[in-house]
This record gives sequence, C-alpha cells and structure tokens, in this order.
Amino acid sequence: MPDVRLLLGNEAIARGAWEAGCRVIASYPGTPSTEITEACARYHDLDTEWSVNEKVAMEIAAGASIGGARTLTCMKHVGLNVAADPLFTLAYTGVNAGLVIVVADDPGVHSSQNEQDSRYYARSAHLPMLVPADASECLSFTKLAFDLSEQYDTPVIIGTCTRVAHARSLVELGERAEHPSREWARNPSKYVMLPGPARARHIAVERRENSLRAAAETADWAYTAEYNDKSVGVICAGTAYQYVKEAMPSASVFKLNMVYPLPDEAIRGFAAHVGQLLIAEELEPFIEDAVKALGINCSGKDRTGKQGELSVNKVRAAFESFVSPPSGSVPDTQDAPEPPARPPAMCAGCPHRAVFYSLARRKYTVSGDIGCYTLGMLPPHGAMDACLCMGASIGMAFGLNKARGAGFARNTVAVIGDSTFMHSGMTALLDAVYNRASLTLLILDNRITGMTGHQHNPASGFDIHNNPAPSVDLGAICSALGVTRVRSLDPFELTELDDALKEETAFDGVSVIIARRPCALLSKKRCPPVTIEDCRKCGTCMRLGCPALSKGEDGSVSVDPTQCVGCGLCSRVCPFHAIYDKNPAASPEGESAAAAKGETRV
Amino acid sequence: MISNIIIVGVGGQGALLASRILGALALRLGRDVKVSEVHGMAQRGGSVITHVRIGGEGDLIHAPLVAEGEAGAVIAFEPLEALRALPYLIPKRGLIITNTRPIPPMSVLTGAAKYPSDVMESLTASPDRQVAAFDAQALAEKHKAPRAVNIALLGALAAHPILRDETTDEPVSLTVWESAVADAVPPKTLESNLAVFRDSYYSSSSNSLNPLK
Repeated sequence: MPDVRLLLGNEAIARGAWEAGCRVIASYPGTPSTEITEACARYHDLDTEWSVNEKVAMEIAAGASIGGARTLTCMKHVGLNVAADPLFTLAYTGVNAGLVIVVADDPGVHSSQNEQDSRYYARSAHLPMLVPADASECLSFTKLAFDLSEQYDTPVIIGTCTRVAHARSLVELGERAEHPSREWARNPSKYVMLPGPARARHIAVERRENSLRAAAETADWAYTAEYNDKSVGVICAGTAYQYVKEAMPSASVFKLNMVYPLPDEAIRGFAAHVGQLLIAEELEPFIEDAVKALGINCSGKDRTGKQGELSVNKVRAAFESFVSPPSGSVPDTQDAPEPPARPPAMCAGCPHRAVFYSLARRKYTVSGDIGCYTLGMLPPHGAMDACLCMGASIGMAFGLNKARGAGFARNTVAVIGDSTFMHSGMTALLDAVYNRASLTLLILDNRITGMTGHQHNPASGFDIHNNPAPSVDLGAICSALGVTRVRSLDPFELTELDDALKEETAFDGVSVIIARRPCALLSKKRCPPVTIEDCRKCGTCMRLGCPALSKGEDGSVSVDPTQCVGCGLCSRVCPFHAIYDKNPAASPEGESAAAAKGETRV
Repeated sequence: MISNIIIVGVGGQGALLASRILGALALRLGRDVKVSEVHGMAQRGGSVITHVRIGGEGDLIHAPLVAEGEAGAVIAFEPLEALRALPYLIPKRGLIITNTRPIPPMSVLTGAAKYPSDVMESLTASPDRQVAAFDAQALAEKHKAPRAVNIALLGALAAHPILRDETTDEPVSLTVWESAVADAVPPKTLESNLAVFRDSYYSSSSNSLNPLK
C-alpha cells in the first residue's frame, strides 16, 4: 500500500531531495522557504547547515556539487538577490553532481519587503526553472530537477510561492536512491572563470539553453495541455493552475511545469487550437510577454493586474466573460464597520521593546533592518525611519549622516539583529570604520534568528541539529573590525541603555552598543505576572506597547495575567512605582537559548 | 461535495494543530485535502488564518485557499477574528464556532480603537446561520489542559454535521474524530485532549443549534 502523507510543500521538497540521494544542504532562513532546510535536518543521512547568508550557502552548494555530491540550497526571493553573484557564474561553470536551487516568492508580501518575481533570474542567468503547483509536485519536481541538473550540466531552479511552500496536500512517498559521489577531477577550464574560460563557457551556456528549449517541446515533464471547451484556453503554471482549474473548470488549460525555457512551438500549437487565449500568472507578465513576443495575441495582466496573489475569485472576476457557469455566490458585505486591525506585535517580554521604548523617548532618527525589531516602526513606538534589506541599516545610517552632517549623526542610530549583522552587516561596519564615519550602531542580540521561527546562528552556540557549536563573540568581531568603542548591556537596564545612547551618539566616531537579552519565546520559565495597585493614569507604561497591558475607560492601566510573562519592564518605567514585579528580572546570561532548550551551553 | 473550513485566531493560539487534526481526519476518510497555513512574521500576535479544504468522495481539490463566500464553517479562537472572517462564510448561512474570550489588539489596548461591543450580535445577525459560542478556554482548563482550546473548538465542530460520511450520509462518527485527534496530538497529552474533545462534543450536541446570544 502506498505511503501517503499530508505534507507542506516545503516538507515535500525536502523529501524529494532525500529520495533523490541529495547529500549536502546549505541555506539561510527566509519565509516562506525556511521549513525545507529544517525538514532536511531531520534526515540524519544528510549534511544540513544554516549558513550565514544565501551567498555563502550558494557557494557551499557550488563546491559540494563540483566535489561530487548532490546538493540543495534554499532561500526566499530576496535571498536570491544576495546569492545572485555566485548564481550567474555558476550558470557558466555548470555542475558535477546535481545542484538544485529553491527560491520561494512571496506575492501578497506576507512576510517580506517586496514582491519581486524570481522567474527573471532564470531567464537572465539562462537556467531552467521548474514550478510545482502542490506538495506532490514539489516532491516529484525536486527529483526531476536533480536528474536534469546532471543531464544538462546546469544548476536547476525550483520556484515556489507562499501557497505552495506553506500549503499541505497529499504526497506519496518513495524510497531513497543513493547517489555515490561523482569523481572529482581537476578541470580549470570549466571551474576557473578567467576571461578566456568564461568566453568558452558562455558558448556552452547558449548551447545548453538551446537543448533545454528543445526538450521543453517534447519531454513529458515540461508541460501538459488539457483540451476541454476550446473557445477559451488559459496558459498558467504553479499555483495559478489550481485557481484556474477551479474558477474555469470547462476551459482548456496549458500547464507549464517549466517556465524557462518555454516551449514556443507547443504554445503556438495550443494557441492555434483555442479561441481566446488567456494567461494567468502572479506578479509580472513573464509568460505573457514571451507569448506576445511570439506574435500571439493574448490577454492577462490587463485583467489580473500585477499586485498581490491570485485567487479563485480573482481569476473568476478577471476572466468573467469566459467563465462558465458564471461566478458563484457573492460574499456578505459587512454593514458593521471594519473590525480594528490586528497587525503582528512584539511579544510580551520581548527584549526589543526596551530598546524601541528608549529610542522613541530620545526621538532618534533610526535606520532599521530586517527582523522582528522592524515592528519598532509600528505604534506606539514609531521608532524606525528606514528599512531596505538585510544588513542595510549601517550603510544607510552612514549615508544619512553624510547627507545631513555631524549634528544629524548625533541624533541617529542604526539598529540590526545578531543574525542580520552576521548575514551582511559586518562589511558595512568595516566600511564605516575605514571611512571615518560618525555612527552609532545598536546590535540587538537576542541569541537566535527570531522572525523566521528560531533558527540557530553563529552566535547562538548551537548548530541546526541543536548540537553545541562555536559561539562567536559579536563584541570581538566589532573590535577586530576597528571599532574602538564597543559595550554590551542588558536593554532592560534602562538607565544604563539611556546613558550609553547619550554617550555614544555624542562620540565623533563609530561606536557599537550590543543590547543582549534572549528572545522571550526561548524562555520556558514563566514568571508570575506583575500586579498594578493605585495606578496614577500617567500612561508611561502604555508607551511600551506590551500586549499584556491595557488602558481602561477611565485611563487606568490593568494587566492581563494570561498574557503577562512577568518580565517586569513596565515596573521599571512606572514613575509612581505602582507596578509590582515579583521577580526582579533575571540577568540575560541566566536564561540563554541553551537553558530554554534544556541543554548545557559550552 | 467539498467542505471548506476557515480557522482564525491570534498568532500562537494553536491553529496549526487544529488544521493538522482536520488533515488527519481527511486521511482517515480517504479524501483529498489541502491545508494552507501561516508561518513567519504573522505568528507574532497578529491575525492568523488557516484554510482547510476536504473533498467529498472522488473530489479533487485544486485551490489551496477557500474562496470568499464559500466556507461552510469558521472556527474562531477569538471573537473579533470570527467577525473578520465572516466574508468567507456562505452568505447568510454556514456555521460559526467561536471561543468567547476576547484578546484585544494593540490599538484597543492603547485606547486608539474600541473593541466592538456588538461582536456576538454581528455574528448572529443572520437567522439561518448557526453559531456555537462558548468559553473554550474554560472548558480546556476544566480538564487541566489549558492549551487545548483548539481541541475544545474541534469537539464542537464534530457535533455539527458539516463533515459527512458519504456512504452512509451520516455525520463523521465520534470514533473517527477521536482517531484523528490521536493521529495529531503528542501521545503524552492524548488522554487530556480526548477528555476536552468529548466534553465539548457532548455539550455542543445537547445544546440547541440556536444562536447563543
């Protein structure tokens, strides 16, 4: 009897890699791709790691492939920007053992800073890209990708999105097929990309792309054409296929499994067989532009738009005149006003709360970065003025200070998380030192990569399997980069933090404050909630934005004991000492990530 | 016929386990199923929504998301989130199972917005809509399983005939439901979870389906 499981798309990719005999996996976490690598780590015959960033992960994957092991690297769409440098030349060198790159897009911007379309990477790097439509295809396309990679001597990209990565559907499991290491032989003309070899390899890239384009026309894995009512035909791929099948059950559908290179002749054939040709795709008109370049008249983005995700109703509405039977029910319209929104918020006990409370009080200009602490932009803190991408806070603060002058610099700080600093902040700090910047950097060291769901990193002291690992000293890194003023403190020591901010922003040079306290979700120890007596209604504690505190009709504050974790920050800010903390907050060293995981730190 | 179920709540309340139990139920019934979950930033105290689609016999599920206006049931861990999910329900009909304990969003805590005082009235405004509203937290705590709010809500869902065994046209039996719970929860917590599940199932079955105001 087949072993059928209900798996996330991400878990199915991991399973596919395992079944395909993959041996090395290197990734940096990024929603919605993170669970692939976490699932890989559960297979003990795989060498899985959290790398410090996507570029390093891609380079490890390149080396492992050339060294003869089937290899996987996974990232979110903006992670591929970081890894784009090795990617474009890896397209020239090709592979030895199969190399598969998973990139997860985020249309609808559920957990990202933009909604870019990764398919253009495949086209501009001349790499094949497979696009699974559900978890079952995630498994089978991953296995196919390893085979194609070796057959065509190319890295293969698998493109997913939130609704494939984070959707569960039924998957039939198979067995692992071992792929012993391929021979490693020196081959500098293939793997050393000086101008001479690169010119030769560019010819190979073009030849390879032509073979893949030919295969796309004839191979059974490249596409399926489902002829039904021929008055209307829809070309689609991935999750858009699922919406089209449901919204337009009678339409003919051309489902692309590989979106680059495209099967031009097969598309011409489908277009010739149907009346109105429609294109359903999320984000950019990637397929539509290619179809139009063939001289074929079609309609797509003029009806669906480029914003956000598609859905069954959106496809129905966009292609209304071609939908039969006509659209289903019309949802209830609400007479009542829109319920108050519930955006994500810093958790009760979050160490970032103390930092943003202090930054907001001092009215600093704050150059921000990517992590849970980006929530510092939201009320009541409103303490972030810029956030671009991983590691950008330091360079942007330096640039702001160059543009606005020394007076501005004394009122400006950059904030960055521990994982983000190691990902791509260290080089910017070096730049600031070298170019004699006047800059204050706060490293928010919560001992974990938090926002993506608690992954270990080089400072956390553990590897992906929760085994002890070397824990780097962030202060020593800053000193080694040439920063002369580095200090560490517990951000809950508000006076110390405030003094440090005052002194370091006044210093004409680069200084670093490491605000060190573990993520509140790592602590299993639950302290008794605080109590409030004789509230004077001043509202100071409400500026913390704690989910456990609420202001009543009369302005007095009460605490929700089910939400409060007893961190005691509110009792520290109350000017009237009306909030009682029954447990003076433990030192941050005392409740490390290690303690939370029930393990001993080394 | 496809059963569309929306699960809503606040990040961290246990919606993922609820959807995993429904997934296990579909597997036991031999039906096609798709579940769309939320991972990442929205975990942090924000609104979260999970879509569960379970096919009837022979149905193939395509879309991973429930379309607005097509959900047979909304399971809500928090009343305001139930209100937010109303557009997903079949217009004027469908079933709402909601916890009655409010969790105010940040804008309400700070006094910038008001928690609507008429949430229950809005939920029960359509006479043909079934609403089961109860303190699922209290029910879970009664069995010393304070985290089993999700199990309490599913127990109430099981008492309603939204999921049917198509060969007999009977609602899915308590036995099958309990096996699905056992498939998904850690063995250590099975006993207390089943106690919560049965308590909720029987108290929902004995209550009328009339809106609880």
